[in-house]
Amino acid sequence: MSSLQSLDIKRRSATTLPSTQARETLEVAKLIDVSKCIGCKACQVACSEWNDIRGDIGTNVGVYDNPADLGPKTWTVMRYSEVEEKKGEEMAFEWLIRKDGCMHCAEPGCLKACPSPGAILQYSNGIVDFIEENCIGCGYCVAGCPFNVPRISKQDSKAYKCTLCSDRVAVGLEPACVKTCPTGAITFGSKEDMIDHAAERVVDLKERGYANAGLYNPAGVGGTHVMYVLKHADKPEIYHGLPKDPQISATVGLWKGVMKPLAMLAMGLTALTGFFHYVKVGPNDAEAHPDEPEDGNGPHVIRSSGPGQMEGKGNVNPGEQA
Amino acid sequence: MKPLIQRYSDSDRINHWIVAIAFVLAGLSGLAMFHPAFFSLTGLFGGGAWTRTLHPYIGIVMFTAFVSMAKRFWKHNVMVPVDYEWLKLLPDVLTNREDRLPKIGKYNAGQKLLFWMLVVALPTLFVTGLIFWRAWFAEYFPIPVIRLAALLHAVAAATLITGILVHIYAAIWIKWTVGAMIRGSVTHKWAKAHHPLWYREVTGQPATPPGQE
Ligand code: HEM
Ligand code: SF4
Ligand code: SF4
Repeated sequence: MSSLQSLDIKRRSATTLPSTQARETLEVAKLIDVSKCIGCKACQVACSEWNDIRGDIGTNVGVYDNPADLGPKTWTVMRYSEVEEKKGEEMAFEWLIRKDGCMHCAEPGCLKACPSPGAILQYSNGIVDFIEENCIGCGYCVAGCPFNVPRISKQDSKAYKCTLCSDRVAVGLEPACVKTCPTGAITFGSKEDMIDHAAERVVDLKERGYANAGLYNPAGVGGTHVMYVLKHADKPEIYHGLPKDPQISATVGLWKGVMKPLAMLAMGLTALTGFFHYVKVGPNDAEAHPDEPEDGNGPHVIRSSGPGQMEGKGNVNPGEQA
Repeated sequence: MKPLIQRYSDSDRINHWIVAIAFVLAGLSGLAMFHPAFFSLTGLFGGGAWTRTLHPYIGIVMFTAFVSMAKRFWKHNVMVPVDYEWLKLLPDVLTNREDRLPKIGKYNAGQKLLFWMLVVALPTLFVTGLIFWRAWFAEYFPIPVIRLAALLHAVAAATLITGILVHIYAAIWIKWTVGAMIRGSVTHKWAKAHHPLWYREVTGQPATPPGQE
């Protein structure tokens, strides 16, 4: 998807020079207040409706998650986790419901990993978007993402994920899920406003006994443009494995970082060294040696129409010069 | 006409060139995805998606043909003591002072090391390549394994390509070597100069490298 024009592109996959920097747009964010979510899945339906995609009908795996996972045609999924957590002094049963999907990282691992120029864009408003027409289907974005979000379609070998409704946002609308949410659990606005709004919610939750309530805006990926208000921000993992300190993995950092220039240097220098070796030392040509007597027993070694015929006589072995 | 010495059989040569052609195609298509500077190489394969699709199959051709080639050449590439002496005299090797080198057999230490590099690199490329092959197998592996496979694949590929660049250059530098792999035969002079022990083995004649008479 892309409905923003090139002036709004801040970063582009597999592109070594900077993208347009002149225009700075307002950084946006979606705030998902998990404590207000009732798990009705209206947002899932809105996403499917607006983007006009329907995940394939799967099988019931015994939980409310439906479909069971994100997919090329399912860009957001409600995740349900049953936990017992401390509330005040006692343990209380809780049903934690998290709307899963792309986090729109400020430092997106998917974009870092992608080998195809322009298949992944980051707009200056913070949205990370896959441009399927440039996607080659390698799946590197899957390896790069710290949140296990991108999905490659079996039908067309293209990568898909939440666009944060970049098309709607480009024309001043909020994402479809935000518009639909009946409890106001999802809000959308400038990142700054969303952080302020979250701070109020956190104060409220703390007053209600959730001492560890907090905002999930992980610094390891430079912050995200989808943020959560969590009642248990100290333990994000209990929300269906939300990573505590997500980062672009060190392996991906090596693979896409130092290793590439080092490898390019090694290959380039090797080729150049070969060329200059030839320029300096020249060929090693056994046929260019003057005919020598063959220790008395080399009768059939006669200089003749072998390949040596074409040989220039100018090649003197430096070993002989010495 | 001076008789030539057979160095490679017809099937040796065909096998070698299948590996070589597959290497060039796998290398170019792999490099296209390796670094943005090479992305335009995807044009050679019909675009990015085609490059991504074809590359692993080409790699499998290279791997399979290499297994067959490795079986053929394995025993000639076992390192022997004289190879280490030869390596110590690398400066003489590089300045064409072959007369100062110890007598060696069918392959010199450089060729042998290249062979063993291939023996390590190709299975690595094969196994890691299967693991991060999105169309078929990647879904069966956890993401951290895929990340490691991608890193190792790229490192093995860069090592392989660097090594083969040396191999290609050596074949240009040591004259008549390319001919040996194309038509299969070498001249007596070539064999005596570069592989004297092998020369003695195949001709039964002593070989004093030129320049030492
Ligand atoms: C042995 C069988 C091989 C298999 C199964 C294989 C598979 C793969 C796969 C699946 C990819 C990811 C892109 C894609 O889906 O096409 C890839 C990338 C790559 N391959 Fe291979 N490959 C093999 C052999 C080779 C060989 C022989 C070379 C080098 C001559 C090579 C060099 C590369 C490079 C440079 C990349 C890009 C790595 C990066 O983006 O960092 N591969 N290979
Ligand atoms: S969550 Fe994953 S897919 Fe979304 S922007 Fe971050 S790295 Fe990319
Ligand atoms: S699958 Fe597409 S979007 Fe993902 S890394 Fe490959 S080219 Fe980029």
